[in-house]
Amino acid sequence: MSRAVTAAELGLLRCHVCSQLSRAAASQREPRCPRCGAGLHLRKPSSVSRSWALLVAAMILYVPANTLPMMRTSSLFGSQSDTILSGVVYFWTSGSWYLALIIFFASIMVPMLKMIALVLLLVTVQRRSRWQVAQRARLYRLVELVGRWSMLDIYVVAVIVALVQLKALATITPGAGAIAFGSVVVLTMFAAMTFDPRLIWDASEDDNG
Amino acid sequence: MSVPLVACHECDLLQREVPLPEGGVARCGRCGAELYRDRPASLDRTLALAAGALLLFAIANSFPILGLALQGQVIHTTLYGAVHRLWDEDMKSVATLVFATTIAVPAIELSALAYLLLPVRLGRLPPHFTHVFRVLQAVRPWGMVEVFMLGVLVSLVKLAHLAGVVPGIALWSFAALMLLMAALTAVFDPRALWKAAGALARPAAPA
Repeated sequence: MSRAVTAAELGLLRCHVCSQLSRAAASQREPRCPRCGAGLHLRKPSSVSRSWALLVAAMILYVPANTLPMMRTSSLFGSQSDTILSGVVYFWTSGSWYLALIIFFASIMVPMLKMIALVLLLVTVQRRSRWQVAQRARLYRLVELVGRWSMLDIYVVAVIVALVQLKALATITPGAGAIAFGSVVVLTMFAAMTFDPRLIWDASEDDNG
Repeated sequence: MSVPLVACHECDLLQREVPLPEGGVARCGRCGAELYRDRPASLDRTLALAAGALLLFAIANSFPILGLALQGQVIHTTLYGAVHRLWDEDMKSVATLVFATTIAVPAIELSALAYLLLPVRLGRLPPHFTHVFRVLQAVRPWGMVEVFMLGVLVSLVKLAHLAGVVPGIALWSFAALMLLMAALTAVFDPRALWKAAGALARPAAPA
Protein backbone atom coordinates (compact mmCIF):
# COMPACT_ATOMS: atom_id res chain seq x y z
CA MET A 1 0.00 0.00 0.00
CA SER A 2 1.27 3.43 -0.86
CA ARG A 3 1.79 6.17 1.67
CA ALA A 4 -1.34 8.05 2.74
CA VAL A 5 -1.68 11.36 0.94
CA THR A 6 -4.17 13.95 2.06
CA ALA A 7 -5.88 16.47 -0.14
CA ALA A 8 -4.23 19.26 1.85
CA GLU A 9 -0.73 17.95 1.08
CA LEU A 10 -1.44 18.28 -2.62
CA GLY A 11 -2.93 21.72 -2.14
CA LEU A 12 -6.42 20.48 -2.88
CA LEU A 13 -9.32 22.02 -1.00
CA ARG A 14 -12.43 20.02 -0.26
CA CYS A 15 -15.65 22.02 -0.23
CA HIS A 16 -17.51 21.41 3.05
CA VAL A 17 -20.84 22.06 1.36
CA CYS A 18 -20.74 20.09 -1.89
CA SER A 19 -17.57 17.91 -1.47
CA GLN A 20 -16.01 19.21 -4.66
CA LEU A 21 -12.20 19.13 -4.72
CA SER A 22 -10.45 22.11 -6.21
CA ARG A 23 -7.10 23.82 -6.34
CA ALA A 24 -6.88 27.40 -5.13
CA ALA A 25 -5.09 29.86 -7.36
CA ALA A 26 -2.13 31.49 -5.60
CA SER A 27 -3.57 34.93 -6.28
CA GLN A 28 -6.85 34.21 -4.50
CA ARG A 29 -6.92 35.44 -0.95
CA GLU A 30 -10.27 33.89 -0.06
CA PRO A 31 -10.78 30.93 -2.37
CA ARG A 32 -14.33 29.89 -3.18
CA CYS A 33 -15.66 26.58 -4.40
CA PRO A 34 -15.91 26.65 -8.21
CA ARG A 35 -19.09 24.57 -8.08
CA CYS A 36 -21.20 25.97 -5.24
CA GLY A 37 -19.43 29.17 -4.26
CA ALA A 38 -18.90 28.33 -0.57
CA GLY A 39 -15.74 29.65 1.08
CA LEU A 40 -12.90 27.12 1.05
CA HIS A 41 -10.36 26.36 3.77
CA LEU A 42 -7.71 23.69 4.09
CA ARG A 43 -8.88 23.30 7.68
CA LYS A 44 -11.71 25.10 9.45
CA PRO A 45 -10.27 28.51 10.47
CA SER A 46 -9.06 28.72 14.10
CA SER A 47 -11.10 25.64 14.78
CA VAL A 48 -9.46 24.78 18.10
CA SER A 49 -9.78 28.17 19.78
CA ARG A 50 -13.35 28.72 18.56
CA SER A 51 -14.34 25.27 19.72
CA TRP A 52 -12.73 25.88 23.14
CA ALA A 53 -14.59 29.18 23.53
CA LEU A 54 -17.97 27.58 22.81
CA LEU A 55 -17.16 24.61 25.01
CA VAL A 56 -16.12 26.71 28.01
CA ALA A 57 -19.33 28.74 27.71
CA ALA A 58 -21.33 25.50 27.64
CA MET A 59 -19.51 24.17 30.72
CA ILE A 60 -20.29 27.32 32.68
CA LEU A 61 -23.97 27.16 31.74
CA TYR A 62 -24.14 23.46 32.59
CA VAL A 63 -24.15 24.45 36.28
CA PRO A 64 -27.31 26.63 36.23
CA ALA A 65 -28.86 24.19 33.76
CA ASN A 66 -28.75 21.51 36.44
CA THR A 67 -29.37 23.57 39.55
CA LEU A 68 -32.07 26.03 38.44
CA PRO A 69 -35.62 24.71 38.02
CA MET A 70 -36.82 23.68 34.56
CA MET A 71 -40.47 23.92 35.58
CA ARG A 72 -42.45 25.44 38.42
CA THR A 73 -45.79 23.95 39.43
CA SER A 74 -48.12 26.12 41.46
CA SER A 75 -51.45 24.88 42.74
CA LEU A 76 -53.83 25.40 45.64
CA PHE A 77 -51.57 23.26 47.75
CA GLY A 78 -48.44 25.31 47.25
CA SER A 79 -45.73 25.42 44.67
CA GLN A 80 -42.98 23.09 43.63
CA SER A 81 -39.86 23.46 41.50
CA ASP A 82 -38.45 20.74 39.32
CA THR A 83 -34.87 20.53 38.15
CA ILE A 84 -33.74 17.99 35.57
CA LEU A 85 -32.53 15.62 38.27
CA SER A 86 -35.70 15.84 40.34
CA GLY A 87 -37.64 15.04 37.17
CA VAL A 88 -35.58 11.89 36.77
CA VAL A 89 -36.16 10.98 40.43
CA TYR A 90 -39.90 11.59 40.00
CA PHE A 91 -40.15 9.15 37.09
CA TRP A 92 -37.99 6.61 38.90
CA THR A 93 -40.09 6.61 42.08
CA SER A 94 -43.41 6.70 40.21
CA GLY A 95 -42.52 3.45 38.46
CA SER A 96 -41.70 4.76 34.96
CA TRP A 97 -38.08 3.67 35.28
CA TYR A 98 -37.60 3.46 31.50
CA LEU A 99 -38.52 7.15 31.15
CA ALA A 100 -36.22 7.98 34.05
CA LEU A 101 -33.40 6.26 32.17
CA ILE A 102 -34.19 8.03 28.86
CA ILE A 103 -34.20 11.46 30.51
CA PHE A 104 -31.14 10.66 32.60
CA PHE A 105 -29.21 9.69 29.48
CA ALA A 106 -30.48 12.46 27.19
CA SER A 107 -30.32 15.33 29.66
CA ILE A 108 -27.53 14.51 32.09
CA MET A 109 -25.19 11.89 30.63
CA VAL A 110 -25.13 13.02 26.98
CA PRO A 111 -24.24 16.70 27.61
CA MET A 112 -21.64 15.74 30.22
CA LEU A 113 -19.99 13.00 28.15
CA LYS A 114 -20.11 15.25 25.12
CA MET A 115 -18.23 17.99 26.93
CA ILE A 116 -15.67 15.53 28.32
CA ALA A 117 -15.18 14.05 24.85
CA LEU A 118 -14.66 17.49 23.29
CA VAL A 119 -12.12 18.43 25.98
CA LEU A 120 -10.25 15.19 25.27
CA LEU A 121 -10.30 15.80 21.51
CA LEU A 122 -9.20 19.43 21.82
CA VAL A 123 -6.39 18.68 24.27
CA THR A 124 -5.00 15.78 22.23
CA VAL A 125 -5.17 17.82 19.02
CA GLN A 126 -3.36 20.73 20.64
CA ARG A 127 -0.63 18.41 21.90
CA ARG A 128 -0.44 16.87 18.43
CA SER A 129 -0.94 13.50 20.04
CA ARG A 130 -0.74 10.29 18.04
CA TRP A 131 -2.55 8.30 20.70
CA GLN A 132 -5.54 6.19 19.58
CA VAL A 133 -6.15 8.20 16.42
CA ALA A 134 -8.83 5.92 14.95
CA GLN A 135 -10.65 5.67 18.28
CA ARG A 136 -10.68 9.44 18.68
CA ALA A 137 -12.10 9.80 15.17
CA ARG A 138 -14.85 7.39 16.16
CA LEU A 139 -15.48 9.36 19.34
CA TYR A 140 -15.98 12.54 17.32
CA ARG A 141 -18.47 10.79 15.06
CA LEU A 142 -20.41 9.65 18.14
CA VAL A 143 -20.41 13.16 19.63
CA GLU A 144 -21.91 14.59 16.45
CA LEU A 145 -24.54 11.87 16.33
CA VAL A 146 -25.95 11.93 19.87
CA GLY A 147 -25.71 15.64 20.77
CA ARG A 148 -29.12 16.57 19.38
CA TRP A 149 -30.98 14.18 21.69
CA SER A 150 -30.32 16.46 24.65
CA MET A 151 -33.01 18.78 23.34
CA LEU A 152 -35.54 16.28 24.69
CA ASP A 153 -36.14 18.08 27.98
CA ILE A 154 -36.73 21.41 26.26
CA TYR A 155 -39.57 19.86 24.24
CA VAL A 156 -41.03 18.21 27.35
CA VAL A 157 -41.14 21.61 29.09
CA ALA A 158 -42.71 23.23 26.01
CA VAL A 159 -45.52 20.67 25.74
CA ILE A 160 -46.30 20.44 29.45
CA VAL A 161 -46.31 24.21 29.99
CA ALA A 162 -48.69 24.64 27.07
CA LEU A 163 -51.14 22.08 28.38
CA VAL A 164 -51.19 22.57 32.13
CA GLN A 165 -52.73 25.99 32.52
CA LEU A 166 -55.84 25.32 34.57
CA LYS A 167 -55.69 28.62 36.35
CA ALA A 168 -57.99 27.47 39.16
CA LEU A 169 -56.22 24.22 39.94
CA ALA A 170 -52.63 24.34 38.86
CA THR A 171 -50.29 26.10 36.48
CA ILE A 172 -46.88 25.05 35.29
CA THR A 173 -44.46 27.74 34.21
CA PRO A 174 -41.03 27.27 32.67
CA GLY A 175 -38.02 28.01 34.86
CA ALA A 176 -34.72 29.72 34.14
CA GLY A 177 -33.03 26.31 34.01
CA ALA A 178 -34.65 25.77 30.61
CA ILE A 179 -32.82 28.79 29.15
CA ALA A 180 -29.47 27.60 30.51
CA PHE A 181 -30.10 24.04 29.40
CA GLY A 182 -31.12 25.05 25.87
CA SER A 183 -27.98 27.16 25.64
CA VAL A 184 -25.81 24.20 26.71
CA VAL A 185 -27.27 22.04 23.94
CA VAL A 186 -26.85 24.72 21.27
CA LEU A 187 -23.33 25.69 22.39
CA THR A 188 -22.07 22.10 22.49
CA MET A 189 -23.55 21.47 19.04
CA PHE A 190 -21.73 24.52 17.71
CA ALA A 191 -18.53 23.46 19.50
CA ALA A 192 -18.67 20.04 17.83
CA MET A 193 -19.40 21.58 14.42
CA THR A 194 -16.51 24.02 14.76
CA PHE A 195 -14.04 21.28 15.64
CA ASP A 196 -12.25 19.96 12.57
CA PRO A 197 -11.83 16.15 12.80
CA ARG A 198 -9.09 16.28 10.17
CA LEU A 199 -6.84 17.80 12.85
CA ILE A 200 -6.92 14.45 14.66
CA TRP A 201 -5.19 12.86 11.67
CA ASP A 202 -2.86 15.72 10.81
CA ALA A 203 -0.48 14.89 13.69
CA SER A 204 0.00 11.34 12.48
CA GLU A 205 1.29 12.62 9.15
CA ASP A 206 4.13 14.64 10.62
CA ASP A 207 6.53 11.73 10.79
CA ASN A 208 5.79 9.76 7.66
CA GLY A 209 6.27 12.64 5.25
CA MET B 1 -7.91 16.06 -13.57
CA SER B 2 -7.74 12.64 -15.19
CA VAL B 3 -8.58 10.38 -12.24
CA PRO B 4 -11.70 11.25 -10.25
CA LEU B 5 -10.62 11.74 -6.65
CA VAL B 6 -12.46 12.12 -3.37
CA ALA B 7 -11.13 13.47 -0.09
CA CYS B 8 -12.49 12.03 3.16
CA HIS B 9 -14.50 14.67 5.03
CA GLU B 10 -13.20 13.40 8.36
CA CYS B 11 -9.50 12.77 7.76
CA ASP B 12 -8.80 14.43 4.39
CA LEU B 13 -7.27 11.25 2.90
CA LEU B 14 -7.23 11.43 -0.88
CA GLN B 15 -8.70 8.40 -2.56
CA ARG B 16 -9.70 7.27 -6.02
CA GLU B 17 -13.40 7.46 -6.70
CA VAL B 18 -14.60 4.04 -7.81
CA PRO B 19 -18.01 3.08 -9.20
CA LEU B 20 -20.12 1.15 -6.70
CA PRO B 21 -22.34 -1.90 -7.08
CA GLU B 22 -26.02 -1.31 -6.40
CA GLY B 23 -26.56 -0.25 -2.80
CA GLY B 24 -22.81 -0.30 -2.14
CA VAL B 25 -21.00 2.00 0.29
CA ALA B 26 -17.56 3.54 -0.18
CA ARG B 27 -15.73 3.97 3.12
CA CYS B 28 -12.53 5.81 3.85
CA GLY B 29 -9.59 3.39 3.87
CA ARG B 30 -8.05 5.12 6.86
CA CYS B 31 -10.76 6.30 9.24
CA GLY B 32 -13.78 4.32 8.04
CA ALA B 33 -16.04 7.34 7.49
CA GLU B 34 -18.62 6.96 4.76
CA LEU B 35 -17.34 8.64 1.60
CA TYR B 36 -20.33 8.06 -0.62
CA ARG B 37 -23.06 5.53 -1.17
CA ASP B 38 -24.95 4.21 -4.14
CA ARG B 39 -28.52 5.37 -3.68
CA PRO B 40 -30.68 4.03 -6.49
CA ALA B 41 -33.18 6.46 -8.05
CA SER B 42 -32.16 8.99 -5.42
CA LEU B 43 -33.69 12.07 -7.02
CA ASP B 44 -37.09 10.45 -7.66
CA ARG B 45 -37.30 8.89 -4.20
CA THR B 46 -36.20 12.08 -2.46
CA LEU B 47 -38.77 14.08 -4.37
CA ALA B 48 -41.56 11.63 -3.53
CA LEU B 49 -40.66 11.58 0.16
CA ALA B 50 -40.29 15.37 0.30
CA ALA B 51 -43.77 15.81 -1.22
CA GLY B 52 -45.26 13.41 1.33
CA ALA B 53 -43.36 15.03 4.17
CA LEU B 54 -44.55 18.53 3.18
CA LEU B 55 -48.14 17.33 3.31
CA LEU B 56 -47.66 15.71 6.72
CA PHE B 57 -45.82 18.78 7.95
CA ALA B 58 -48.83 20.95 7.08
CA ILE B 59 -51.20 18.60 8.91
CA ALA B 60 -48.86 18.25 11.90
CA ASN B 61 -48.80 22.01 12.33
CA SER B 62 -52.51 22.71 11.87
CA PHE B 63 -53.95 20.23 14.38
CA PRO B 64 -53.49 19.76 18.11
CA ILE B 65 -50.73 17.40 19.26
CA LEU B 66 -52.13 16.60 22.66
CA GLY B 67 -55.21 17.43 24.69
CA LEU B 68 -55.68 17.28 28.42
CA ALA B 69 -59.11 16.27 29.71
CA LEU B 70 -59.97 17.40 33.21
CA GLN B 71 -63.41 17.94 34.76
CA GLY B 72 -65.24 17.77 31.47
CA GLN B 73 -62.99 20.32 29.90
CA VAL B 74 -60.36 19.57 27.25
CA ILE B 75 -57.35 21.79 26.65
CA HIS B 76 -55.55 21.30 23.34
CA THR B 77 -52.26 22.56 22.10
CA THR B 78 -50.69 22.72 18.68
CA LEU B 79 -46.93 22.90 18.28
CA TYR B 80 -47.17 26.59 17.44
CA GLY B 81 -49.42 27.05 20.47
CA ALA B 82 -46.68 25.63 22.68
CA VAL B 83 -44.12 27.99 21.15
CA HIS B 84 -46.48 30.92 21.64
CA ARG B 85 -47.06 30.01 25.28
CA LEU B 86 -43.31 29.87 25.97
CA TRP B 87 -42.94 33.28 24.34
CA ASP B 88 -45.70 34.69 26.58
CA GLU B 89 -44.02 33.20 29.64
CA ASP B 90 -41.01 35.39 28.83
CA MET B 91 -38.98 32.42 27.64
CA LYS B 92 -38.26 34.03 24.31
CA SER B 93 -34.95 32.25 23.72
CA VAL B 94 -36.42 28.82 24.47
CA ALA B 95 -39.47 29.62 22.32
CA THR B 96 -37.17 30.61 19.45
CA LEU B 97 -35.15 27.42 19.86
CA VAL B 98 -38.25 25.21 19.76
CA PHE B 99 -39.67 27.15 16.81
CA ALA B 100 -36.42 26.93 14.87
CA THR B 101 -35.74 23.23 15.42
CA THR B 102 -39.26 21.86 14.96
CA ILE B 103 -41.00 24.30 12.60
CA ALA B 104 -38.61 26.58 10.73
CA VAL B 105 -35.81 24.14 9.91
CA PRO B 106 -38.01 21.25 8.71
CA ALA B 107 -40.01 23.74 6.62
CA ILE B 108 -36.87 25.19 5.05
CA GLU B 109 -35.35 21.74 4.53
CA LEU B 110 -38.41 20.30 2.80
CA SER B 111 -39.12 23.32 0.62
CA ALA B 112 -35.45 23.60 -0.36
CA LEU B 113 -35.41 19.95 -1.41
CA ALA B 114 -38.56 20.41 -3.48
CA TYR B 115 -37.21 23.65 -4.98
CA LEU B 116 -33.92 22.04 -6.01
CA LEU B 117 -35.15 18.64 -7.14
CA LEU B 118 -38.38 19.29 -9.00
CA PRO B 119 -36.99 21.63 -11.70
CA VAL B 120 -33.83 19.51 -12.06
CA ARG B 121 -35.97 16.42 -12.54
CA LEU B 122 -37.92 18.31 -15.23
CA GLY B 123 -34.70 19.31 -16.95
CA ARG B 124 -34.32 22.90 -15.76
CA LEU B 125 -31.82 24.45 -13.40
CA PRO B 126 -33.70 26.57 -10.82
CA PRO B 127 -32.39 30.11 -10.17
CA HIS B 128 -30.00 30.44 -7.18
CA PHE B 129 -29.44 26.68 -7.18
CA THR B 130 -26.10 26.92 -5.36
CA HIS B 131 -27.38 29.35 -2.72
CA VAL B 132 -30.40 27.20 -1.91
CA PHE B 133 -28.18 24.12 -1.70
CA ARG B 134 -25.88 25.88 0.75
CA VAL B 135 -28.83 26.94 2.91
CA LEU B 136 -30.10 23.35 2.86
CA GLN B 137 -26.76 21.95 4.05
CA ALA B 138 -26.43 24.64 6.72
CA VAL B 139 -29.84 24.06 8.33
CA ARG B 140 -29.99 20.25 8.15
CA PRO B 141 -28.23 19.48 11.47
CA TRP B 142 -30.77 21.66 13.31
CA GLY B 143 -33.94 19.83 12.33
CA MET B 144 -35.02 17.77 15.33
CA VAL B 145 -38.43 16.32 14.54
CA GLU B 146 -37.46 12.90 15.95
CA VAL B 147 -36.25 14.35 19.24
CA PHE B 148 -39.43 16.41 19.51
CA MET B 149 -41.48 13.26 18.97
CA LEU B 150 -39.75 11.56 21.89
CA GLY B 151 -40.33 14.70 23.96
CA VAL B 152 -44.06 14.55 23.24
CA LEU B 153 -44.16 10.89 24.30
CA VAL B 154 -42.36 11.66 27.56
CA SER B 155 -44.80 14.53 28.25
CA LEU B 156 -47.69 12.21 27.46
CA VAL B 157 -46.61 9.75 30.15
CA LYS B 158 -45.88 12.56 32.61
CA LEU B 159 -49.31 14.16 32.10
CA ALA B 160 -51.15 10.84 32.23
CA HIS B 161 -50.53 10.93 35.99
CA LEU B 162 -52.43 14.21 36.25
CA ALA B 163 -55.38 13.88 33.93
CA GLY B 164 -56.72 12.12 30.85
CA VAL B 165 -54.47 12.67 27.85
CA VAL B 166 -56.08 12.86 24.42
CA PRO B 167 -53.66 12.24 21.55
CA GLY B 168 -54.36 14.63 18.66
CA ILE B 169 -54.16 14.21 14.89
CA ALA B 170 -50.84 16.04 14.83
CA LEU B 171 -49.29 13.41 17.10
CA TRP B 172 -49.76 10.75 14.43
CA SER B 173 -48.73 13.14 11.68
CA PHE B 174 -45.54 13.96 13.56
CA ALA B 175 -44.77 10.27 14.01
CA ALA B 176 -45.21 9.69 10.26
CA LEU B 177 -43.26 12.86 9.45
CA MET B 178 -40.41 11.60 11.62
CA LEU B 179 -40.24 8.37 9.60
CA LEU B 180 -40.32 10.22 6.28
CA MET B 181 -37.58 12.62 7.41
CA ALA B 182 -35.40 9.66 8.41
CA ALA B 183 -36.08 8.02 5.03
CA LEU B 184 -35.20 11.32 3.30
CA THR B 185 -31.77 11.36 4.96
CA ALA B 186 -31.24 7.80 3.78
CA VAL B 187 -32.21 8.33 0.13
CA PHE B 188 -31.04 11.89 -0.63
CA ASP B 189 -27.77 11.82 -2.53
CA PRO B 190 -26.22 15.29 -3.00
CA ARG B 191 -23.71 13.78 -5.45
CA ALA B 192 -26.49 12.66 -7.76
CA LEU B 193 -28.08 16.12 -7.53
CA TRP B 194 -24.83 17.89 -8.41
CA LYS B 195 -24.26 15.49 -11.27
CA ALA B 196 -27.73 16.16 -12.68
CA ALA B 197 -27.36 19.91 -12.14
CA GLY B 198 -23.90 19.88 -13.73
CA ALA B 199 -25.26 18.14 -16.81
CA LEU B 200 -27.97 20.81 -17.09
CA ALA B 201 -25.52 23.69 -16.70
CA ARG B 202 -23.24 22.41 -19.46
CA PRO B 203 -25.49 20.47 -21.84
CA ALA B 204 -22.95 20.38 -24.68
CA ALA B 205 -19.86 19.21 -22.79
CA PRO B 206 -20.03 15.57 -21.69
CA ALA B 207 -18.35 15.07 -18.30
